Amino acid sequence: MQRLDLPPSQAHPLAGLFSERSGVSLALVAMLSMGAALYAALLYAPTERIQGDVQRIFYFHVPLAWTSYLAFFVVFVASAAYLVKRAPLMDAVARSSAEVGLLFTTMMLITGSLWARPIWGTWWSWDARLTTTLLLWFIYVGYLMLRSSVDDEEKAARYAAVIGIVGAVDIPIIHQSVVWWRSLHPESVVLASGGPAMPGSMLTALLVSLAAFTILYVVLVLMRTRLELARVDLRALRRRALERVA
Amino acid sequence: MSRANGRSPFFRTVNTLVWRDLLSEYRSREILGGGIVFALLTLVVFNFAIDLRLESAEEVAPGILWIGFAFAGMLAFGRSFAAERERGTLDGLLLAPIDRGAIYLARAITNAILMCIVELVSLPVFVALYNVRAAWGELLLTTALGTIGFTSAGTLVAAIAANTRAREIMLPVLLLPLTVPVLIASVKATAVALGAQSVEPLPWLQLLLAFDVIMVATSFLVFEYILDE
Repeated sequence: MQRLDLPPSQAHPLAGLFSERSGVSLALVAMLSMGAALYAALLYAPTERIQGDVQRIFYFHVPLAWTSYLAFFVVFVASAAYLVKRAPLMDAVARSSAEVGLLFTTMMLITGSLWARPIWGTWWSWDARLTTTLLLWFIYVGYLMLRSSVDDEEKAARYAAVIGIVGAVDIPIIHQSVVWWRSLHPESVVLASGGPAMPGSMLTALLVSLAAFTILYVVLVLMRTRLELARVDLRALRRRALERVA
Repeated sequence: MSRANGRSPFFRTVNTLVWRDLLSEYRSREILGGGIVFALLTLVVFNFAIDLRLESAEEVAPGILWIGFAFAGMLAFGRSFAAERERGTLDGLLLAPIDRGAIYLARAITNAILMCIVELVSLPVFVALYNVRAAWGELLLTTALGTIGFTSAGTLVAAIAANTRAREIMLPVLLLPLTVPVLIASVKATAVALGAQSVEPLPWLQLLLAFDVIMVATSFLVFEYILDE
């Protein structure tokens, strides 16, 4: 095969990461680690004295929050990289990460609500972190809506990258504004000064779950990116076929 | 390029573009007329939605005012790019050998001027209709800072939305979450200017200033990627 016939997705040094084989083996790792996380959260970790079993949702809620923020940070970096280099791979990564991030943010909001109902006595409170997360959710819903409402793929990628960057730059300001607006969320128990304010076994369960969700995030983004790159290749093939006919 | 008046070519370009936009608005009066009527209507309609005979009008009224400004602003931003598109003048602008950043800055300045005119007309009406006392210095400072923040993001988003299929929907969907800090800070600072005792004004004005600087700088840097045809 000639060099010219390489599909566009393969024209990037990092393209090998997204091969079928690496995807399958990583998916196995993700499955095993999610199993470990379930065991750690539901059986291994002790029952909290005051909140009871409801507290166990914490082992899913916190990792979801962490992976969501990681996802939107990846969108930011990949968007900037796309605008500089215009590599289709970077755009595919940004898009995939935004989709997975939106999924995880949705689940974070739902698990948070489920916990808040028995503990706070309400499904929702306009607390700073909840409000920031909700606005984050809206920003990336807009990001994905924008992608699907531009016909030209290359333009859609550029516009989305701009929103991916502006949105990420805006998040700290949004957070500051809603912190001053009001706050009621439980203080961070892991990064508290003077060490984590919880028993070691709970911390272990949380760390296992954090690792599992991070792996799951990576696997989902890799698979989604591969799908996106296949679409890019398909479009390139179609275009070439049309040129040959014409 | 010659340096007439001791100014750099960049700022001369911005200057020319702003005058061009303002002149075209002066001739059509499309945005200003619509914007002013819309903002005033918002003030009237919200009076029916929320009963403001209550004691704490100065706590609630700023929110209504800024909803009116935000929506009038969004109409103006969307209209400004749509008009350019209909007349086909955007292509001409892109063919001219000028900095893309200058196009952004000029458009943002024009939008801010138009929004300020709408606000200057609406504010006295607002004070009269809602029967509040205003500290005009603070009120105008807050309005100016809030307007700069809202237009800096709004101009960028409107340029993107103008190229999408559902542009009337994409503009608010993208812009409102991004400008929540402006809305919160402007509403709080306006409440202080109307005499609300429960709020500290300085942090909110600082937040507005920070948003303005960060958003203008970021938009200025990324705008060229939107116009790149």
